[in-house]
Amino acid sequence: MNFMELFILIANSTLFFTVPLLITALGGMFAEKSGVVNISLEGTMVFGSFFSILFINFIQENVPGFNPSLLLLVAAIIAAITGSLLSSLLAFSAVNLKANQVIGGTAINLFAAPMVIFIARTLNNVKNIPFDQDFNIQKVPLLGDIPVVGEILFQDINILSFLGYFIAFIAVIVIYKTRFGLRLSAVGEHPSAADTVGINVYKMRWIGTLISGALAGLGGLVFVVSSSVTFSGQVGGYGFLALAVMIFGQWKPEKIFFASLFFGLMNALSVKYTLIPWFDGLSLGYFFTVLPYIATLVALMLTSKKSRAPKAEGIPYDKGSR
Amino acid sequence: MKNQAFISSVVAILLGLIFGLIIMIIANPFTAFPGLLTMMGGWLAHQDFLRRLGDLIFLTGPMILTGLSVGFAFKTGLFNIGATGQYTLGMFAAIFVGIYGTFLGPTQWIFAFLAAIIFGALWGLLPGLLKAYFNVHEVISSIMLNYIGMYTVNNLIQGDANLFNVAFSKTKAINLNAYIPTTILRDVFDRSAIDLGILIAIGITLIIYFVLYKTTFGFELQAVGSNRFAAKYSGIKENRSLILSMVISGALAGAAGALYFLAKGSVNSGNQYSVGNELLTAGFDGIAVALLGQSHPFGIVLSAFFISFIQRGGYFMQTLGIKVEIIDVIIAAIIYTSAMAMLVKDKLIKILKRKQP
Repeated sequence: MNFMELFILIANSTLFFTVPLLITALGGMFAEKSGVVNISLEGTMVFGSFFSILFINFIQENVPGFNPSLLLLVAAIIAAITGSLLSSLLAFSAVNLKANQVIGGTAINLFAAPMVIFIARTLNNVKNIPFDQDFNIQKVPLLGDIPVVGEILFQDINILSFLGYFIAFIAVIVIYKTRFGLRLSAVGEHPSAADTVGINVYKMRWIGTLISGALAGLGGLVFVVSSSVTFSGQVGGYGFLALAVMIFGQWKPEKIFFASLFFGLMNALSVKYTLIPWFDGLSLGYFFTVLPYIATLVALMLTSKKSRAPKAEGIPYDKGSR
Repeated sequence: MKNQAFISSVVAILLGLIFGLIIMIIANPFTAFPGLLTMMGGWLAHQDFLRRLGDLIFLTGPMILTGLSVGFAFKTGLFNIGATGQYTLGMFAAIFVGIYGTFLGPTQWIFAFLAAIIFGALWGLLPGLLKAYFNVHEVISSIMLNYIGMYTVNNLIQGDANLFNVAFSKTKAINLNAYIPTTILRDVFDRSAIDLGILIAIGITLIIYFVLYKTTFGFELQAVGSNRFAAKYSGIKENRSLILSMVISGALAGAAGALYFLAKGSVNSGNQYSVGNELLTAGFDGIAVALLGQSHPFGIVLSAFFISFIQRGGYFMQTLGIKVEIIDVIIAAIIYTSAMAMLVKDKLIKILKRKQP
């Protein structure tokens, strides 16, 4: 294998891991921008991926010949809806009941996986839901013919990857350039100030949390579709990794994009490093697996003194205390 | 006050159970009620009563310690979501000494247990230091450390042929001297898993109670928990309190790992760790136990017994065709409702006061 082939292989694999992390981390960002800590990303990914994969499984068995890319897009909508349904539990406890957000999020994490496995096993006796992995578009016309870039970005790729980049692009615009995005940030930074100028803090936090759930649910679907051929009741800690990506990206969408690329690369290296001649004969899988977590800890150590985290993050807003 | 705390826990349990029942009814209306009865005690009324009771008591031991771990940190205002990582490290240390420490003779289990405490404490020390000196939130650092710990332990075990049984992807059986003594308990309880672990757990509970409520140190920890800044201005070294609280919390979780894995189990093969890239759930159970027990050591003993009780019930419920995952759903629902139980309680008190003339 020559250098170029290797480069393309690693780049492909990196993007594979990057997209679900990117979508989910952006989800985490929307909740935290509004001041709600969402550590239930992991559970939300499981929840969203379950219902969408269940749908894919049903269609593939009963409607042969359904266009795979269209099927994936409909599944994406289902993942987003079920994801935000689950996160409404977080919004309710965090915003309306003013409960501890970390405990509420933990409860949702612990709830999601057993709940969907219970449903899967009640329906079918096993927790795994298989599906046909035929979503990949072999080559996007024209764009796929560009050397290197085309091979990395536009060959053997499913439509949700493009959706991921598109969401990142939209997120940047929404956060920095729209009234909604600025209000969302205001509510997370200084809710009482936002309230005095007429922004409904509770409503903004609800919306932030629901967007968060929708993206995490979608991220779950992307993760399962791109990494496996069956839903197995877990997403391998990717929700927590996405949380790390969000912090690494300092709650800014454009930085989150680069952070998820870095984490994606580490993940790609942890599975593909044996192909790289320099690392031949070394057992570095463990090293690359833990590196993102250690990098996050180091990044936190370096930045926490002047953290860019939303100031009111994790603090319930009480109108009466204004 | 104590009554109110008790009532809000009971309300959380009831809401959790009702939620679970509704789901069971949707899944299968005919088995839902028999299932609930089985879970809430039917499983114990059986000809194997003694053995089942012994197993339950055994499982309560580690559960008490993970509950104490999370609860102790709560008292200092810290949320130790890292109990699972500390538990895993403790488990590793216990198994390591349990296999390599044959020269220790009959005291091997004691050293294995102490090693677990030390490893758990060290894994708790890290988020404590990060919090005290770098202002890193303990929840995020503990989540990262959970994964680092799990992958590290798996890597260490898989790299050591003396520890790892490749065929079953499990750790090998520990030395006989490394099992926590079962004494006469095992015979009394009809060859169940019970051993001295439960007495160790209760002994540790009493120590924790004493430390929290009868010493200046415990008072300082709680002062930091109720108001970090007020405590600081009254001369309490808050950084020291934060770090020590996480160390003790980690030690407790590590001890729980030892208590579970240094046991013979109800069959004599012992409890072995299955190497997989998933976090152990024991630490998360501790969160439910601590919340239900309102972080009070004695409350934690009660709630640990209750959580173990319904978990065992869920295991036996499977004969009715009800999937065992329902128990985790119920426990999660209990955590969710406990998180808001305090508020519901406050509202209830307000309503009650309004009615009084």
